[in-house]
Amino acid sequence: MRIRVDVDACVGGGQCVVAAEDVFDQDDDGLVLVLQSTPDEGRADAVRMAARLCPARAITVDDA
Amino acid sequence: MTDAPRRIVVVGASAAGLTAVETLRIEAFDGEITLVGAESRAPYDRPPLSKQILSGTWEPSRIDLRSEASYGELDLRLRLGTACVELDVRDRTVTLDDASRLEYDALLIATGAQPREVSATAGCPGVHVLRSLDDALAFRAAALDADHVLVVGAGFLGTEVAATLTELGTRVTMVDAEQTPMRRQLGPVVAERLLRLHTERGVDVRTGTVLRHCLPRDDGGVDAVLTDGSAVRTSCLLVAVGATPATRWLGSSGLRIDDGVVCDPRCQAAPGVHAAGDVASWFHQGVGARLRVEHRTNATEQAIAAARNVLGADEPYVPVPYFWSDQFGVRIQVYGTITAASEFAVIHGGTDEDSFVALYGSGGRVVGALGWRAPRELRRARSLVASQVPWQEVCVAERA
Repeated sequence: MRIRVDVDACVGGGQCVVAAEDVFDQDDDGLVLVLQSTPDEGRADAVRMAARLCPARAITVDDA
Repeated sequence: MTDAPRRIVVVGASAAGLTAVETLRIEAFDGEITLVGAESRAPYDRPPLSKQILSGTWEPSRIDLRSEASYGELDLRLRLGTACVELDVRDRTVTLDDASRLEYDALLIATGAQPREVSATAGCPGVHVLRSLDDALAFRAAALDADHVLVVGAGFLGTEVAATLTELGTRVTMVDAEQTPMRRQLGPVVAERLLRLHTERGVDVRTGTVLRHCLPRDDGGVDAVLTDGSAVRTSCLLVAVGATPATRWLGSSGLRIDDGVVCDPRCQAAPGVHAAGDVASWFHQGVGARLRVEHRTNATEQAIAAARNVLGADEPYVPVPYFWSDQFGVRIQVYGTITAASEFAVIHGGTDEDSFVALYGSGGRVVGALGWRAPRELRRARSLVASQVPWQEVCVAERA
């Protein structure tokens, strides 16, 4: 899978980091940083939950 | 648990309702889903209404919660522009405003909330509320046309609108009964800081007073008279004094309504009935109290929990509530419930500085954390709220 983020839409809530902290982080302004844009399948559930929890729907997960 | 539902009706087509539908499909529910929404627009996101939509930075289509093309994947009966007017819990039917009826095996109520009104603006021209996209577009047009806007209420919505309009160059007066803006949501210390921010940026903030009545003028404007005796000459008013849960249609349902649809810890209101989002008042087992949370993140999280429970997950909903607000380039973020807090301590930066993190305590425990332009530092404090760390422990440790 591949992760895309819309940084303009990001509201810096950090819900994605709480859901998958090895995949997402925040910059100094709180905006989303993707640590791994193609994470292992083992992280698929956590990454999909991060996308679902995002209050700005700024994370898109494309299936490979 | 009785038989698995085959027909699910979700009432309310905003963030909670749509998330519930998406969750049902993610959880492999393959029965029939009907999503009913009073507004004719497809589900959209509300937080940008007072910010990017009001400022004109974003086009309205930018806040669609799903692309139009992707609704097909949900295999959904979408009934937009249709309100539910009655619920019969025993027969498991809802009646729509076109008099048609829907039968269900499971119902999920996500009708949200509606703006509270004030009697002082009765009969007055130029009065707006802001809940829907149509409200926001109408208010934006009127505000751009006005040389002054009066914002009644300094809660989330009022303060964000005052900030957005001021940045557009509009003169704004903001009135609130409390001594400082967002006092109930942020506590007195941060509310004082917020007052300073608004005042420094040029908002005319009138606190400790409320609108008494409005006198229409011959020139089309309004003299708004406050209880402190002062008057504000304006031509555009926004009433932003909070919202009430949209439960009127449930009057004869037999469901218990008390500041929202009363639910158990699993977001269940009655056999076959769950609720989520602004309309739901559920028992939070971690907090030990019934809560109703009007924040955007709760709409998503509670809808996921409630939809899973509709399908039999049997999980209590125990979130760490989260909200944010953007005003004059300052992002304020809060984890937890700080309304009942009595203790306050700054653990990063200072309230006189550009950035800080504060903890809130009650009953000897950390109950909330607030960040003022400090998103990363705040997230580290989230776990203190989630695990309700003893107040003493935290304050000693953080100061060491």
